[in-house]
Amino acid sequence: MNGPGLVENALRERRERGGKALVPYVTGGLGDDWTATVEAVAAAGADVIEIGIPFSDPVMDGPTIQEANDRSLRAGATPPGILDALGGLDVGVPLVVMTYYNIAFRMGLKRFAASLAAAGVSGCILPDLPLEETGPWAQAADESGVETILLAAPTTPDDRLPAICERSRGFVYGVGLLGVTGVRAELASSACRIAERLKAVTDRPVLVGVGVGTPGQAVEVSRHGDGVVVGSAVVQRMLDGAGPEGVASLVADFRRALDDAY
Amino acid sequence: MALSDPTPEGRFGEFGGRFVPETLVPACRLIEEAFSEAWLDPAFRAELDGLLTNYAGRPSPVTECPTLSEELGLRLLLKREDLNHTGSHKINNVLGQALLARRMGKSRLLAETGAGQHGVATATAAALLGMECCVYMGEVDVARQELNVFRMRLLGAEVRTAMSGSRTLKDAINEAMRDWVATVEDSYYCLGSVMGPHPYPFMVRTFQEVIGTEARRQCEELLGGVPDVVCASVGGGSNAIGIFSGFVDSDAQLVGVEPAGGAAVGRGVPGVVHGSASYLMQDEFGQVLEAESISAGLDYPGVGPEHSYLAATGRARYESVTDAEVVEAFQLLSRTEGIIPALEPAHALAWVSRERESLAGGSVLLNLSGRGDKDVAQMMEILS
Ligand SMILES: Cc1ncc(COP(=O)(O)O)c(C=O)c1O
Repeated sequence: MNGPGLVENALRERRERGGKALVPYVTGGLGDDWTATVEAVAAAGADVIEIGIPFSDPVMDGPTIQEANDRSLRAGATPPGILDALGGLDVGVPLVVMTYYNIAFRMGLKRFAASLAAAGVSGCILPDLPLEETGPWAQAADESGVETILLAAPTTPDDRLPAICERSRGFVYGVGLLGVTGVRAELASSACRIAERLKAVTDRPVLVGVGVGTPGQAVEVSRHGDGVVVGSAVVQRMLDGAGPEGVASLVADFRRALDDAY
Repeated sequence: MALSDPTPEGRFGEFGGRFVPETLVPACRLIEEAFSEAWLDPAFRAELDGLLTNYAGRPSPVTECPTLSEELGLRLLLKREDLNHTGSHKINNVLGQALLARRMGKSRLLAETGAGQHGVATATAAALLGMECCVYMGEVDVARQELNVFRMRLLGAEVRTAMSGSRTLKDAINEAMRDWVATVEDSYYCLGSVMGPHPYPFMVRTFQEVIGTEARRQCEELLGGVPDVVCASVGGGSNAIGIFSGFVDSDAQLVGVEPAGGAAVGRGVPGVVHGSASYLMQDEFGQVLEAESISAGLDYPGVGPEHSYLAATGRARYESVTDAEVVEAFQLLSRTEGIIPALEPAHALAWVSRERESLAGGSVLLNLSGRGDKDVAQMMEILS
């Protein structure tokens, strides 16, 4: 893959305009109207949308996304089914898929990368695939033009950050706290720290996710980075049956808060 | 020659590796370093050996089974890991890891458990060394192994019930990993089998090699050589790899016995879950299947990576037995030799019993990995 892809370009553009990026997460296959939710979330001001492909054993996820995974799987969601549905959408912002490595491994890395590209998906996040294990996947993804987004954690030592930023495409995902996904009452101080540490070593967009659950927290952490990924808060709305409009109105709250502050 | 060491990346052939969230990568590296240092440190080794001898009761004997041997038409030897303190081979690994955790300055041991034997062993080591202990156990297992739940609590451990997924060992591991992601600074994850991210499969094997080393010597004495067959049950595979380690360089056939409902090698295809690449029972899309076995300790859809490697290279072979065959074997050993086995090693015996004709006249060393006390209540229900 040569040069930045659609995800990185979209995020850089937002940054160049002085704004902060908003990347909401939507669980694929959750409810009959999930694709309408993706469209509504795009219209509500998302810069990029993360689509979760559910996995039976999501070790990086807390109760909310676990529940969403379970419901989606019980409703019969499959990786090809979700990708097919995405292929039929044109939401005007780049899409990235987030799933666990076994989903890609089982389909075959090349085939998985090619089916992401065929479905119009620009990037991919595999939270259980750390830098050292990324090689074969990253090569397949590069060949298909899919941006592989890597994560950096509060526990990542300083001397490891540059290599992660170097190999990451699209953006670098700073994990905001020690723990799994889920909304917390307070923003962890580690969220701001990881953003600062990443900004010090890379020019690539730096987004913080995990534990960013309210517009106020998004504004606070974005002082140190280029924006946020909002997962459990959005998915909780889906689980509550808010429907596309209800989910979009939450995303619009985040958008407004970020735009007012920056 | 012994079992081969993994590559620096933790690979056994194409299996193994370190597939964990970035948050845990630095911790795995620190454990890897601390373990290699400790293993070369005579003081660490002396302390561990002292505990294995004076606290756990090693060496464990090898017992001849005259009546059952006669009945089966072969010479059956049992490696008596059931006689260890806490009732299974799990203590060998746990004492090693708990000493390592203390050496690393950790104050809390975290563990998953299926049958409860690993949980009990971890709770025991925590009590001994004055550490905090938290054990995750699936809701189904909490019900069928309630004696072990009580034992863990008696030993001062907190037992947390895993309510997700199949509510068995797989899900207990998920919860333990989620806990570890949040508590990695103070907590040490004391994994109970030869699975998980590098260095666990290698480290746990190293701590379990004591079984094979002793058994090799004991077989030399009893048989004047090695047995024809060495067999063991396989959940994650720690008791099996422990006993195999003493015989890989010999002519002995190595046989791992999986439950029919959790036959990762027998029915799985390569996959990645819980930190390593290995055979895995999964559907066509990569969703992990739920295992289903009478034995909580083997009720797991995956297997340690080194077993996948031994299967792929052909050095060991893997067979499976049904729950019904296990129930028979459980009673058989109790009745003929006065030894009530745990349901896990009863799998290995079920295979020996089924294969008695092809094994006739030969010698078989079976790793009796644990005692049946924990299973008596469950068997009482099944048999009444
Ligand atoms: C007595 C006994 N044997 C065997 C096992 C299976 O584990 P492994 O395959 O790691 O030996 C267990 C697990 O709980 C056990 O309690």
